[in-house]
Amino acid sequence: MVVPVVFFGVLFAYPVTAIVGRGLRTPGQWHLGRAGQVLTDPDVLDVLWFTVWQAAASTVCTLAIALPGAYVFARFDFPGKQLLRAVVTVPFVLPTVVVGSAFLALLGRGGALDEWFGVRLDTSVWAILLAHVFINYAVVVRTVGGLWSQLDPRQEEAARVLGAGRLAAWARVTLPALAPSIAAAGLIVFLFTFTSFGVIQVLGGPRFATLEVEVYRQTAALLDLPTAAVLTLLQFAAVTVLLAAHARTVRKRRASLSMVPAAQTARRPQSGGQWALLAGVLGVVALLILVPLGILVERSLDSPHGYGLQHFRALGSADSSGTFTVAPAAAIGNSLAYAAVATLIALFVGGLAAAALTVRGAGRVTERLVRGFDSMLMLPLGTSAVTVGFGFLIALDEPPLDLRATWIIVPLAQSLVGIPFVVRTMLPVLRAVDVRLREAAAVLGASPFRAWREVDLPLVRRAVLVAAGFAFAVSLGEFGATVFIARPDAPTLPVAVARFLGRAGEVNYGQAMAMSTILMLVCTCTLLALERIRTDSSGEF
Amino acid sequence: MSKHALRTTAAATAVIALVGLSTACSSTDSSGEHSKTVTLVTHDSFAVSKSVLKKFTARSGYRVKVLRGGDAGAAVNQTVLNKGNPQGDVFFGVDNTLLSRPLGEGVFDSYEAEGLGKVPRELQLDRGRHRVTPVDSGEICVNFDRGYFEKRKLDPPESLADLAEPEYKNLLVTSNAATSSPGLGFLLATVDEYGNGWKDYWKKLKANGVEVVDGWEQAYNDRFSGSNGGKGKGDRPLVVSYASSPPVEVLGKKPLPAQAPTGIAEKTCFQQTEFAGLLKGAKNPEGGKALLDFMLSKTFQEDMPLQMFVNPVREDAELPELFTKYGASVEDAAAMDPSKIAENREQWVKAWTSLVVK
Amino acid sequence: MLRLDGVTVSFGGVRALDAVDLEVADHETVCVLGPSGSGKSTLLRVVAGLQQPDAGRVWLAGWDRTHVPPHKRGVGLMFQDHQLFPQRDVEGNVAFGLRMRHAARAESAERVTELLEMVGLPSAHRRAVATLSGGEQQRVALARALAPQPDLLMLDEPLGQLDRVLRERLVVELRALFDRLGSTVLAVTHDQGEAFVLADRVVVMNEGRIAQAGTPLEVWQKPASEFVARFLGFDNIVEATVHGDSADTPWGKIPVPEGTQAGPCKLLVRPTGLRTTSVEDGLPCTVEARTFRGGDAAAVTLLLQPRHGPRLEASCALREAPEAGTSIGVAFDEKEVVRIST
Repeated sequence: MVVPVVFFGVLFAYPVTAIVGRGLRTPGQWHLGRAGQVLTDPDVLDVLWFTVWQAAASTVCTLAIALPGAYVFARFDFPGKQLLRAVVTVPFVLPTVVVGSAFLALLGRGGALDEWFGVRLDTSVWAILLAHVFINYAVVVRTVGGLWSQLDPRQEEAARVLGAGRLAAWARVTLPALAPSIAAAGLIVFLFTFTSFGVIQVLGGPRFATLEVEVYRQTAALLDLPTAAVLTLLQFAAVTVLLAAHARTVRKRRASLSMVPAAQTARRPQSGGQWALLAGVLGVVALLILVPLGILVERSLDSPHGYGLQHFRALGSADSSGTFTVAPAAAIGNSLAYAAVATLIALFVGGLAAAALTVRGAGRVTERLVRGFDSMLMLPLGTSAVTVGFGFLIALDEPPLDLRATWIIVPLAQSLVGIPFVVRTMLPVLRAVDVRLREAAAVLGASPFRAWREVDLPLVRRAVLVAAGFAFAVSLGEFGATVFIARPDAPTLPVAVARFLGRAGEVNYGQAMAMSTILMLVCTCTLLALERIRTDSSGEF
Repeated sequence: MSKHALRTTAAATAVIALVGLSTACSSTDSSGEHSKTVTLVTHDSFAVSKSVLKKFTARSGYRVKVLRGGDAGAAVNQTVLNKGNPQGDVFFGVDNTLLSRPLGEGVFDSYEAEGLGKVPRELQLDRGRHRVTPVDSGEICVNFDRGYFEKRKLDPPESLADLAEPEYKNLLVTSNAATSSPGLGFLLATVDEYGNGWKDYWKKLKANGVEVVDGWEQAYNDRFSGSNGGKGKGDRPLVVSYASSPPVEVLGKKPLPAQAPTGIAEKTCFQQTEFAGLLKGAKNPEGGKALLDFMLSKTFQEDMPLQMFVNPVREDAELPELFTKYGASVEDAAAMDPSKIAENREQWVKAWTSLVVK
Repeated sequence: MLRLDGVTVSFGGVRALDAVDLEVADHETVCVLGPSGSGKSTLLRVVAGLQQPDAGRVWLAGWDRTHVPPHKRGVGLMFQDHQLFPQRDVEGNVAFGLRMRHAARAESAERVTELLEMVGLPSAHRRAVATLSGGEQQRVALARALAPQPDLLMLDEPLGQLDRVLRERLVVELRALFDRLGSTVLAVTHDQGEAFVLADRVVVMNEGRIAQAGTPLEVWQKPASEFVARFLGFDNIVEATVHGDSADTPWGKIPVPEGTQAGPCKLLVRPTGLRTTSVEDGLPCTVEARTFRGGDAAAVTLLLQPRHGPRLEASCALREAPEAGTSIGVAFDEKEVVRIST
């Protein structure tokens, strides 16, 4: 418990407080009146309103589109399911810059849709909503589908025998069992879309801004720290409420349900209707997820001399485009190295946090504290990257914690987003380890450490691997905090993509797409490996 | 050992390890070695050839460590926030539109770099105190898609006034002045040209169908029909970009064309100069001074064009063939006093936003 | 071997164990019997060191082991639902305790084979525990607990989850095994039949206290309290006053064994102590129900409603059992009437 708390305090709470404090305080005095001014500014209210309604709309769309998907992934067996489940998760870990460019290439001027149907959706809310569905599809499929696949189908059968129609049985038996997990997934999607940044920036045009975009604008562009601080606090409040609600629903979900191994519930579709449903879901996945990803690949191969690997080859040579002092291919190495270190940190801190959160029956107060800490670990996911990045800058500037300008700061920042995933993955598994197994080992002569090594470790090894994979993929795609930290010259893949996109000329655009493709492939491979080790998908994400 | 004791021990070890690691990392930078290293803080677009940096090390004995901190605006703001306890010795990358902010905050120490004599006086915006040194310059200009205008036998626009003419209706795309530096540059060019009448000009532009997107990337890559990055599928043949964009379009083309596929409207340009300065509280001021000198040297200045697509400020620096052959030199780009920009930027941008975007 | 002195454990104000004193001699098998919630599992956990007592001491082989952690106590514990390590095979489970004691590989392998043969699972070494039936899991758990040759073996509801036939067979096997090995055993169960077969001595617990301790026969013959009697399944208990060789009860005067202490008390009449007679000769009753229990004795339990007084349970042979609804008389056999000290 101590390590995660210290880690969090030093690398998250302290920097964020510092930057907020810098905005709202001149030495010795708080300027809270500033909050009133900012909160009554009609522009800010516009931003707030847009943030809320687009998040709500995105959540509803995502649930509507992804729930059938969750059902299909949970209950049907079909060839290529593992691969497909890995692929639908790729958008979730891709940096939003890349998602943005993929959607621009698809929906924008001269994009595929425009070419085929004359439809253009860029700078419209539709593009934003679609991109949000694209990113968060996997959240619903994994959270809801994971539980769904383990619900005992006999419960529904029992209801059918008792005279309930197919729909009634579903509505009375399955839906209530799923409801908390649907709510949890919905809240997570809402959280992610509420704090959406990259997608809005790229697809939204100048008219749309979320709180997060506004915080970025006020901090990075205008250096209006007081306004940024008020907005940050506002977002914080909203995120805290969301996380508290999420924690509640997750606790509810833990209530006893009749569970069976997932493998027992999935079968080949049988009736025509089931085949149609499967086909429909696969169609949606193809259109919504495969097409945007495919566009990236297509653009990366498209060179002036027809399709070819020209852009990929160009990545290997330094100075060809003049954008880097090192060969862009080295960015891949940097990315992998940073992500690996970030994964280790996330595993260590997240693992300890998860272990601490598993402790039960330690009294009411402790339990509440622990619960609060559980939610707190998720806060970095809902905090503007620029706030964290700038916070690092002004908070971690004195020895012994002058981390600015050291390489470790990048993986540390990345691990902040990796930790929640580690905790979410390991917690259910650790909670499921029966204390009495440890006791059995103790009675047989195993010291507490030995018991942990002999009993817990083998049981959670799988979860550790899955957690590591997720943390790795997320760190790999982390863009926000990385870009706002002045760091030694070792660009990561997402940063390199952004740099390429920031330059004129086909060479650069092609290389940006080539890098995005590589990033996508690495993510897909990582996630596919996870699919192979993961046997039960009851993680809380 | 009890469970509790075990946990505490593990925690303590971890904290020690973490602190140890961090101090180990920072100490390698600060102790002993630091006199041999000079740290350059800059933005993401900074680039330099490795061979050129090696020459600096060979000449001065200093190794250069480069720290990048996001886009130009973010990097400047980070430097302002770290005033007095900087992350490095030299900052590079503040342009004339943002210059007053770090100067006002007193981020830099004065240093008159060697070779300043070869830099035109009008680019030396802090002539009196030499807190910042001009390093490169470039122009923000309207670019046009040559093919589009040739096909329609239409002359491309030359001036700001042309852009409001009916024959160029619905052709121009620009980026948000609030968030992108070309967007802001273009706005400042119009303010410089029309003075208080700039709003009327923008009303005309709006009536003439100017489109505003959020970033330069979208404007150029996606909407501009002349960019190959968008495969020429963009719908707008006019875009606000840089004077150096046309030569970049030629880059990587085989065989090299006779003419760049895009051109610039020469009377729509805004002068952008980037500065470097010695950070107050630098750990290695001597190294910083040497680096500033080097940035004005011919070696560095002649390396910049193909690295950052900007013009050298040094008059005797030679431009690469790509620039001389495909680029156009802009004679009278609009320039504006940084203090005037500082005073009015926020209010101009706000007025512009409600006029054009909303 | 084991001695508990005034062991007390509270959970949030509720006393799970209340000043419990208990002794288990070497080679003795003691069964703790009690309803769920009586504190018997907590008792085992205290002995194993998995639960620290709030007060009292735990002595093992003459040493105060109250504050020694579980892995250094050298006791064996077989958990209620076995708690086999799911990721290890049968051999891995059985050999676990030996590995913790750094036994040599060959020695350990030999011992595992021996134990598996003893529990009737030869050549199950490589089987995954998930593929074992409940009875097989129980045997593996037993082998695992026995492997390190603990000074004291503790069993928590050893046969709890098994079906009846298996249980009845295994309990006999266990008894034989412990006799052969000369183990010292402390077992916990809620099933009196199991306890009586297994134990040299039984300890009945109620609400964290020891209600009675003695040989199975003693407890069966002379339950120390109404609680013990009812727990043993006896329901014919009434308030009574003893005068000499008879007692006044709501059923009228009934005979008591010679030497029964006089005065007001509670009386237990065992179902086997009721004989059916003609209505006139005994206490007139209506047969409310009859339950066929099966088993060797082919006995039937009758539920009788006497004309006055509470209901009675009587046991009689199948062929003599009257139909439900008939009226009969019952007579009391004084040998099966027991005074319960209050």
